[in-house]
Amino acid sequence: MSDKKIFFGEGLPYVDVSDFKGKLIVIEGTDGVGRSTQMGLLKQWLEVQGYGVATTGWTRSPLMGKAIDNAKSGHTLSLHTFSLLYAADFADRLEHEIIPALKAGFIVLADRYIYTAFARSVVRGADRDWIRELFGFALEPDAIFYMKINIENLIPRVINTDTLMERYWEDGSGAGLDYWESGMDMKLGDDFYDSFVEYQKKILEEFDFMAKEFKFKVLDASKNFEETNIKLKEGITAILKNA
Amino acid sequence: MPRNFEIDHSYPGRLIIVEGIDGSGKSTQLQLLQKWLVNSNYKVFFTEWNSSALVNDTIKRGKRKNLLTPTTFSILHATDFADRLVHLIIPPLKAGMIVLADRYIYTAFARDVVRGVNREWVRNMYGFTVKPDIAFYFKVPIEVSLKRILSGRTSLKFHEAGMDLGLSEDPHVSFKLFQSQILEEYDKITEEFGMTVIDATLPIHDQQSQVRDIVKAKLKDYKPMPFLKKKENVYVR
Repeated sequence: MSDKKIFFGEGLPYVDVSDFKGKLIVIEGTDGVGRSTQMGLLKQWLEVQGYGVATTGWTRSPLMGKAIDNAKSGHTLSLHTFSLLYAADFADRLEHEIIPALKAGFIVLADRYIYTAFARSVVRGADRDWIRELFGFALEPDAIFYMKINIENLIPRVINTDTLMERYWEDGSGAGLDYWESGMDMKLGDDFYDSFVEYQKKILEEFDFMAKEFKFKVLDASKNFEETNIKLKEGITAILKNA
Repeated sequence: MPRNFEIDHSYPGRLIIVEGIDGSGKSTQLQLLQKWLVNSNYKVFFTEWNSSALVNDTIKRGKRKNLLTPTTFSILHATDFADRLVHLIIPPLKAGMIVLADRYIYTAFARDVVRGVNREWVRNMYGFTVKPDIAFYFKVPIEVSLKRILSGRTSLKFHEAGMDLGLSEDPHVSFKLFQSQILEEYDKITEEFGMTVIDATLPIHDQQSQVRDIVKAKLKDYKPMPFLKKKENVYVR
């Protein structure tokens, strides 16, 4: 199981990617679609089969630490600082987690990847080419699974008794919804709910656009959880067989 | 994507920047220029590289703990710059002020490429930035800059000497190797962007006369009126 990885764009000139033994599998999907729960189960499933699995998330790199949270809590981020903060965080995780794990032959499951950054930046007004070139140092994944859901099905996943109470007490925002996942910085609606709906519609549209551009493997995530899980396992099995 | 720093800006203010290696004397020259402009009753705003509140702590922590790679080093400086651009550079330019910047995007183009990132990638990353009205480059040989730095203090800073690149164990040797690579890169950049080169080995006063003459000529058609039409935002379309 050894293959040559390629960079998404201009790449990291000082990193040799010619002999990475692992596989990079990305799961994309909007906020609340159920990615993280699927990731947990897939990791366990792969480990039971004897594969080494490393997982990586979004905005939790050791370098950036609380910097992104702190910046967000100020709510004065401009479009480009917003995108660049994500890029710095991603680069740190890529170079310190993802690349070493791939070199060592791990299967890396990425909960979100550069496409999340593309969607969030573009709906805020970034140039599509600019953001793609910025993330040119990223590795091309071996597969991108996109958990697709429409807005009608997404709303009850995000706004329900559990999440409302959790957000209300833990975030202390008093609004029951996450400020950024609702795109409140974009002033799309009068309240969190309206803003959330308008923002997520735009995000979903951008994901649909990218699904074609980057040949996502699209899964219908509005179906029940087990069905999506089975589809993901089938997809991953196919990739590992090809290796 | 069109790079904004290749297109003249339409703000009523003026953006004057200085570049050069450490110890080139560019900061001294900029301060003298500022004195003169303020004394001539211009409204002036001064800003320097690597000083935003947003990621300053992260950069410092990253440097101290040696967590930075060439790419994260580069992106964090761009983040710092983006934050200052939108809060400290564009508003005074819109208000018709003269903005003086000690180091600008060309510092990143030189340093980051020497550290190992792709030349086109770093230029694209800064594609959202404003083109300066005048970009001075203070050109000086390594020996002169090293002497100037060490006359003010006894040792070189870790990143200033490029110690993170592992060129040499000796900070002085490393400084020379690192800064000469930066000088080479700057030489390409001054041509690429048509920067105004000043011979920084000349006496301070002579350099300043040249600088003031150039600025004076550039300010001939300058009318410090605030920007009142609601047209575009700072984002690249």
